[in-house]
Amino acid sequence: MSEIVQTKPNWLKTWGWPLFFILPCFLGLLVFTYIPVLMSFGLSFSYWNLLGKPVFVGLENYQAVLGDPLFWKTLQNTLVFVAGSVALEILLALSAALLLSRAMRGIGIFRTIFFLPVITPMVSVALVWGWLYDPRYGPLNALIGLFGVEPISWLYDPQWAMFSIILLRVWKDMGYNMVILLAGLQGIPTHLYESASLDGAGAIQRFFRITLPMLSPTLFFVTTVSLINAFQAFDSVYLLTQGGPENSTQVVVFWLFQNAFQFYKVGPASAIAYILFIIILAITMIQWWLRKKWVYNEADA
Amino acid sequence: MKLTPKLFWMVTLICGALAMMGPFWVMLSTSLMTQAQVFKFPPDLFPNPIQWGNYARVFQQAPMLQYFFNSVIVASVTTLGQVFLCAMAAYGFSRLHFPHKNLFFLVFLVTMMIPPQVNIVPLFFVMKTFHWVDTYAGLIVPGLFGAFGVFLLRQWFNALPKELEEAAYMDGCNPFQVFWRVALPLAMPALVALGIFVFISSWNSFMWPLIITQSEALRTLPVGIAALKSSYRDVTDWSILMAASTVSIVPIVLVFLMGQRQFIQGILQGGVKE
Repeated sequence: MSEIVQTKPNWLKTWGWPLFFILPCFLGLLVFTYIPVLMSFGLSFSYWNLLGKPVFVGLENYQAVLGDPLFWKTLQNTLVFVAGSVALEILLALSAALLLSRAMRGIGIFRTIFFLPVITPMVSVALVWGWLYDPRYGPLNALIGLFGVEPISWLYDPQWAMFSIILLRVWKDMGYNMVILLAGLQGIPTHLYESASLDGAGAIQRFFRITLPMLSPTLFFVTTVSLINAFQAFDSVYLLTQGGPENSTQVVVFWLFQNAFQFYKVGPASAIAYILFIIILAITMIQWWLRKKWVYNEADA
Repeated sequence: MKLTPKLFWMVTLICGALAMMGPFWVMLSTSLMTQAQVFKFPPDLFPNPIQWGNYARVFQQAPMLQYFFNSVIVASVTTLGQVFLCAMAAYGFSRLHFPHKNLFFLVFLVTMMIPPQVNIVPLFFVMKTFHWVDTYAGLIVPGLFGAFGVFLLRQWFNALPKELEEAAYMDGCNPFQVFWRVALPLAMPALVALGIFVFISSWNSFMWPLIITQSEALRTLPVGIAALKSSYRDVTDWSILMAASTVSIVPIVLVFLMGQRQFIQGILQGGVKE
């Protein structure tokens, strides 16, 4: 009798506590991530009017999306947005981090100021910038007017709308990159600079020979994160331009949203989702590959 | 005064900081202006006279208190739930032994590579089958699970010394008691960092609450403010919108300022030290 009570089933001994700790989170990811990803994959090959059962249509959705001139326009806009905002963000963040790393006092307060936009809700940010960009009364036109520049229609001008969305994004995200780059800069051992100075290296040489190589892992990290985030931009376009004027700010995620929740075209929306997924996956892969090739690694030296 | 390089860099830095603060100033000062002063060009820097009444009008024009309450509920429950669930899983992966542990961990990590927008359409239909569309459950439950937190906290648990936990096992504690009484208190700094991170992203999230809520009574602040903006047809009432934006920013700035140190530590741990 005591034997039966004593011996728990073998699987319970091995799996009991691990399941207790890990299963809740695992089930959540299964139901809210893995299953939807598979459903999305299935829907991208289906026609579904939301009432009956989805019907398999092969590559029709992908053909429809890729054959739509608006898709190519959207992709082009997204690439301009991503390249423009990431390049500006990293450049400004690196400059600010370099300046701050030299400052003796006030690092904390500057870091807080630069970081505040990062934690601010994008909806509030977009509204303020919508007001700043107001073509008639907006403070930004008043500001450039001080320098004698003619007023710009910003969000209402197809020539300027995308630039306006990029500028807003750079302002909001720069601080995140700056904080990480600043930590990277502070992690570079000072003796490297000291010995370089003794050898007669100038400031520019020190930057290209020491700072940039030592910072390359951090730079790679912030670039990848910014690229992936930029592809997912939605809030500012939804609030300020709805993709306009003349589709000049139509980007992938907003188009996906419109297809799914405004036009109820679930199949094409899923195809767009998978195209976005593949693009982001490709960036991650390329990043890993380039990282092995380019990034300065102390272990190799 | 001589223009030394150092002075030059300091001035540049201060100009940059002013540019970063500019939009916040415009938000605050516009939120306190009369309609007439808002539509003055070139605009004034300071509100005169100060219109505190704009804040009262925001709460009259839209159910802002309800939005605010919803945001607080959703962000708090999401934060507590996600931190707890992540800590459980992280502890399991860090301390327990079971077959194919690394494979299971990889299954967790892979989800970090899936952009949430890829899931959003089918996730909506999952919610529909659960009858969770336009409910708090629909707003909260999908946000309770995150692989990033598991990853972050597992690193933290791995770095903790095992001696204290072994002593607790000697005293007859079971694994959950050891986790709850010994490991969790030691992991508090990491839990706080993750908590602030989750709270901020939940408070700020827009696309999912926009999709999953239909009735006004369930809107979170971002969705409510967006609806307020699109309710203006010809003339946008900017002072009201700026007041609403200020209301939505204040709590998050307070949370950030209180936990800034841990939060930035957390970002750096998740980032640089991969």
